[in-house]
Amino acid sequence: MPPSLLVATKKGLFEFRRRGKGSWTAQEPSFLGVPVSACLGDPRDGTVYAALDHGHFGTKLHRRGGDGKWEELATPKYPPRAKGTKSEDPFGRPLSSNLKMIWTMEIDPRRGGALWCGTLPGGLFLSKDRGATWEIVRGLWSRPERKQWMGGGYNDPGIHSICVDPRDGGRVAVGISCGGVWRTGDGGTTWEQAAHGMRQDYAPAEKAYDPQTQDVHRLVQCRAAPDRFWAQHHNGIFKKPAQGKWQEVEGKAPSRFGFACAVDPNDPEVAWFVPAVKDECRVPVGGRLVVTRTRDGGKSFDVLKQGLPKETVWDLVYRHGLDISADGRMLVMGSTTGGLWVSEDGGRGWSELSSHLPPTYGVRFFAD
Amino acid sequence: MAHITFPAVLARHVDCPPVDVKGATVRAALDAAFALNPRLRGYLLDDDDSLRLHMAVWVDGKILRDRKKLSDAIAPDSRIDVFQAISGG
Repeated sequence: MPPSLLVATKKGLFEFRRRGKGSWTAQEPSFLGVPVSACLGDPRDGTVYAALDHGHFGTKLHRRGGDGKWEELATPKYPPRAKGTKSEDPFGRPLSSNLKMIWTMEIDPRRGGALWCGTLPGGLFLSKDRGATWEIVRGLWSRPERKQWMGGGYNDPGIHSICVDPRDGGRVAVGISCGGVWRTGDGGTTWEQAAHGMRQDYAPAEKAYDPQTQDVHRLVQCRAAPDRFWAQHHNGIFKKPAQGKWQEVEGKAPSRFGFACAVDPNDPEVAWFVPAVKDECRVPVGGRLVVTRTRDGGKSFDVLKQGLPKETVWDLVYRHGLDISADGRMLVMGSTTGGLWVSEDGGRGWSELSSHLPPTYGVRFFAD
Repeated sequence: MAHITFPAVLARHVDCPPVDVKGATVRAALDAAFALNPRLRGYLLDDDDSLRLHMAVWVDGKILRDRKKLSDAIAPDSRIDVFQAISGG
């Protein structure tokens, strides 16, 4: 089947199907009017998953199988807190164990239909049955360092990035805002902090390199070189070499701030970012929406804007708002202002699929 | 029997016609409604069984006081109206 696009927005799940080079056709939206916080297409069986974030009725999870019908599934549940205990963030603010949002879902390649999901507040869950039931990954949830995690943007800390090593599905790294990068080599039984080298400037200087509270906005892993990662962080762009700590990338044109990043699945030196002014002014620099691309591991950056709006715009691209196809040939980007663009030449040129979608939370390619 | 009504907008997501149930408290009445329709629970209550932040429950025209335990007493013929709050987006 030709690839599809899944677009999770504030007002429903939108889908586009590719008809040919540069030609994409909009499909009927699902859950119109309901915020869709995350989506996933599973190429193993064609199932599409959509996590809903009802303002009033809570978080819900749905899946669509081969019959084209959506069905509601169970949502992940946190373990009950021991009686008489309370949970607080490092600033003494209460932490909830109620599910606030499903923030990301990924495939667990170790068994058919198995899935990971990351949630607010700070949970990592595993399903072995296409989302019908979920179990919290206790090895991470029970880490004492979790008490140091804190919200970044949201009130609660959240797991937004799950990177599964294509060589071994039991090797997983997760990005947490704000809790750094955690990795497991045994399918989730044991975990270690892996954000060493990242730098934060929203804490006193002596805590700048504390890995436990690093605000990773997005974490991506190169499929061809799975020991290599990129991260868009609150304080800039970082890359992880195969050995050693994270390294801050100095290339800053037009800014180092942003949320989204993508890495070429075939080349760890090639990555894309969507810069914004800075944390307290989350708009494109100079009102000009651009994508930046490095092809030399962050030594230099191209500023890509062909096909993107020429007029002044205020679009922001959230952390899940940029995706790259599995073969590395296509990129898709969706914005808070409802713009949706596809590039079929590595980001050099972009085609606008829509400028009138609802505010977009996430975009994903899906080859069903 | 207490009479419980649910917000019209909820019907889009889960079947929720009015129900008549027995119970001495709002909790007991809602539990009886959930026994008839288990999916309804997750739309009204949080994971800790308290009323969701942006839901509003009225008992005979008065706002529910105990949103956590739902212990407000009801009469045998009370009317419980469940609304979505205007807060919550």
